[in-house]
Amino acid sequence: MRLDSLRDTFDVAIVGAGSAGLAAAAVTAGAGLATLVVDENAGPGGQIYRAVTTSPVKRRDILGEDYWAGERLVADAVRSGAAMLDATTVWSLDRDLAIGLSRDGSARMITARRVIIATGAQERPFPIPGWTLPGVMTAGGVQTMLKASGLVPAGETVIAGTGPLLWLLASQLVRAGVAIAAILDTTPRAAYLKAAPHAAGFVLSPLFAKGLALRREVAAKVRVIAGVTEIRAAGFGKLASVTYAAGGRQETLPVDNLLLHQGVVPNVNLAMAAGCQHRWDARQLCFVPVLDADGLSSVPGIAIAGDGAGIAGAWAAEERGRLAGVAAVRALAPQASAPDGQAIRQRLARHEAARGFLETLFQPPRQFRVPPSDDTIVCRCEEVTAGTVREAARLGCEGPNQLKAFTRCGMGPCQGRLCGLTVTEIIAETRGLSPEVVGSYRLRPPVKPISLGELARMPASAAAVKAVVR
Amino acid sequence: MFRRLPEIVQRVVTITVDGQRVAAQEGDSVAAALLAAGLTPTRLTPVSGAPRAPYCMMGVCFECIVTIDGVANRQGCLVPVREAMQVTTIAGRRELAI
Amino acid sequence: MAAARGQLAGLGEFDTVVVGGGLVGAAIAYGLGKLGERVAVLDEGDMAVRASRGNFALVWVQSKGLGMPEYADWTVASSDAWAGFAGDLQRETDVDVCFERPGGFMLALSDAEMTGRAETLKRFHNQATGSSYATTLMERAEVQRYLPDIGPEVVGGSFCPLDGHVNSLKLFRALHTALHRQGARYLPGHPVTAIERSGGLFRITTLKGALGAGKVVLAAGNANMHLAPMVGLTAPMRPERGQILVTERVRPFLRHPVVTVRQTDEGTVMIGDSKEEGFDPAGQTLDINAVMANRAVRMFPLLGGANIVRSWRAVRVMTADGFPIYDQSETHPGAFVVTCHSGVTLAAAHALTLAPMIHAGMLEHDQVATFSARRFDVQKAA
Repeated sequence: MRLDSLRDTFDVAIVGAGSAGLAAAAVTAGAGLATLVVDENAGPGGQIYRAVTTSPVKRRDILGEDYWAGERLVADAVRSGAAMLDATTVWSLDRDLAIGLSRDGSARMITARRVIIATGAQERPFPIPGWTLPGVMTAGGVQTMLKASGLVPAGETVIAGTGPLLWLLASQLVRAGVAIAAILDTTPRAAYLKAAPHAAGFVLSPLFAKGLALRREVAAKVRVIAGVTEIRAAGFGKLASVTYAAGGRQETLPVDNLLLHQGVVPNVNLAMAAGCQHRWDARQLCFVPVLDADGLSSVPGIAIAGDGAGIAGAWAAEERGRLAGVAAVRALAPQASAPDGQAIRQRLARHEAARGFLETLFQPPRQFRVPPSDDTIVCRCEEVTAGTVREAARLGCEGPNQLKAFTRCGMGPCQGRLCGLTVTEIIAETRGLSPEVVGSYRLRPPVKPISLGELARMPASAAAVKAVVR
Repeated sequence: MFRRLPEIVQRVVTITVDGQRVAAQEGDSVAAALLAAGLTPTRLTPVSGAPRAPYCMMGVCFECIVTIDGVANRQGCLVPVREAMQVTTIAGRRELAI
Repeated sequence: MAAARGQLAGLGEFDTVVVGGGLVGAAIAYGLGKLGERVAVLDEGDMAVRASRGNFALVWVQSKGLGMPEYADWTVASSDAWAGFAGDLQRETDVDVCFERPGGFMLALSDAEMTGRAETLKRFHNQATGSSYATTLMERAEVQRYLPDIGPEVVGGSFCPLDGHVNSLKLFRALHTALHRQGARYLPGHPVTAIERSGGLFRITTLKGALGAGKVVLAAGNANMHLAPMVGLTAPMRPERGQILVTERVRPFLRHPVVTVRQTDEGTVMIGDSKEEGFDPAGQTLDINAVMANRAVRMFPLLGGANIVRSWRAVRVMTADGFPIYDQSETHPGAFVVTCHSGVTLAAAHALTLAPMIHAGMLEHDQVATFSARRFDVQKAA
């Protein structure tokens, strides 16, 4: 589909073709609403179901059946009649529901009567000394290489961090024949006790048995070091070794690939730039949008579904996508047929039952969120260290926006995606404030870079011309 | 360092990276192709010239930016390889050309 | 009243309290600190509307003062003092604010724009002014010698050798670092709710406690409009929104700042500028961005491929007639209002000329009398 042949306006525009986006599309398009699903990747599936329609990995047991379930989601969305626009960046969204699209070097605006933001999650930043060295990657990134290209790490490989995805990836790599030298598990021993009160909910959920089985499978073949409290990566120009501390002892391992993971956090940039209100979630330790029961945000006409609404996993994301879709149908075409909301909410509740346990158990330890050593890079784009951020906070910066002005932290192309949470927590700790009060970067379009030429070629109103040429 | 799983059916796509011919696999992103070929670092930062390579593989970190067919600062992890694609790695601040 | 006062936390006694920690307030506080004063600077919170973070960072002379030649003189004096000011800051804080004065341009993209510019320059030359600064009209061929990358639509422009630019965020950081080293007390998150004077002393009440001071300087930008009456002064403001686009870092190609396109020391290119009435910086008008992008690419076609990584909208501090307001109160001796649009250009004058006047307790008639807000009363009466 070419960008300039796209209609000017849709009933429903869905940003993101992952779990939530695909599920929402099936509902709205299925009800007869003109639906557009936009994704910047070259194919649907988002991150969890990355490349599910094109993966060269044929052995289904490597990636596991949960992954292949994504095929059905894509098929349902396509069959429902939704228009699927891939390889297209959404760089702007505003309160009037005008959406800026960019594809192949050309940009244009479209509008919709309702927008569902389903931009999902990103890996939580993991700022350790040396994390910017070539050879250090996120666990999710390596998983994407496996799914989309059948590529696996070679040489000495160490996985570090905490969270269910860590174990999932480890099991996938093990099944693919990769020798993992060690897993550095940063889950504090105390976390098990802390999570125990939530265990009842978790034990009843299908995740419990699965999770347990995965861990056993991995622990049988891979050296697991528990209770890791410090990690540093080192090397000249590229990763050569990783040093860790656990239980009072220290060890250095030679390493070619260090895969980091400490949970995922909502991808909030588009929603924040559109003006949707967010709040700090003290258990998930990140910013989440303020939503009503149908997923509607503080901006009329914009709903947020999936992990972008708060981390709850792929199945919950599907159900929340469906709920947002149902709400859109009720608002735009009340006579049309839509799935039963109550049944969806019941399934959602089952999928969310495990959250209390998982979030408490796998809450990333403070020293991996707020780097203790001053020379650790916090803002990768502008190469600003933790020490610089702390000093600016001591000088009087009470929030990330003043910090930007003082240090350029957050001014690079990633627009704070990799430094935002770290900065909020460093300022909070240094100034004795809560992260809610400290706040986050004030974001504005373009949320992804767009060329001056593309912007220059877009049409402009007479009022706009008058405001500039004087 | 990365290797391809043996079961993967080979569908070679040849691209050029900094003037050198590189065999990639159909369906690879440019970033994956560079990693598979061991061509790291994939850029030097504009701030200090520090060596970097793709980190997140999902369009969030911007470490994978390269010049593709003359267009600079494209996120390599979001662009699939195509036959005869010209990729240039970026050292420092990018050039501007008409 | 006394009981209410007693309830508020005492935050200290100072020679001067400066309300507003932006470029204007910080420059004045810094100047006072250099003269040995004990200074406190009050500021709002992190999300406050702040012109100090939303400016084009020009140290600009061209086009200043049409209709008020004293402003042209004041601007030239500040521009001439700027290099020394930057040097002082570097010595005192180790921050290089990257000030440069290579001369700057306004560019015309049509014959009509060129004619308009010529007419404005003629009116400038007809004004009586103490100092002379030459802004000359240049045809395309001569512009191209300075700016080799201009596009075919550039008809010509005007050039002033005194125009320059600075890294305004580094300036902001340098001033705050200097204040910190001077021992000034910086209190962010302390918006002012009342200012009273009794027994020769000011009591400044904020949401988090009260301060005492011999002098108070209101340097709170557009907020001066509601603060000035607390000390018997007026500051009619007409806030104005502007938008700016910022590109990724690119190799150096533009040495001379153009009033709407400049390349920073970091290599990023800033593109402006728009002007709309209003005070709300939220949201963004995309088609204004498109017009700015369009003009920038017509001025420098090689910018077409550059990526915009950021855009922001800010509120300009703008007095009702665009000229500074420097005032001292008769009903509340020791209270001053300092507010202006060009906080960057005038930073040197504020730190090195205006601050000493405030320190002495008197704004010197010769240099700054025209900037009193009484001129608005005169206009009204007229």
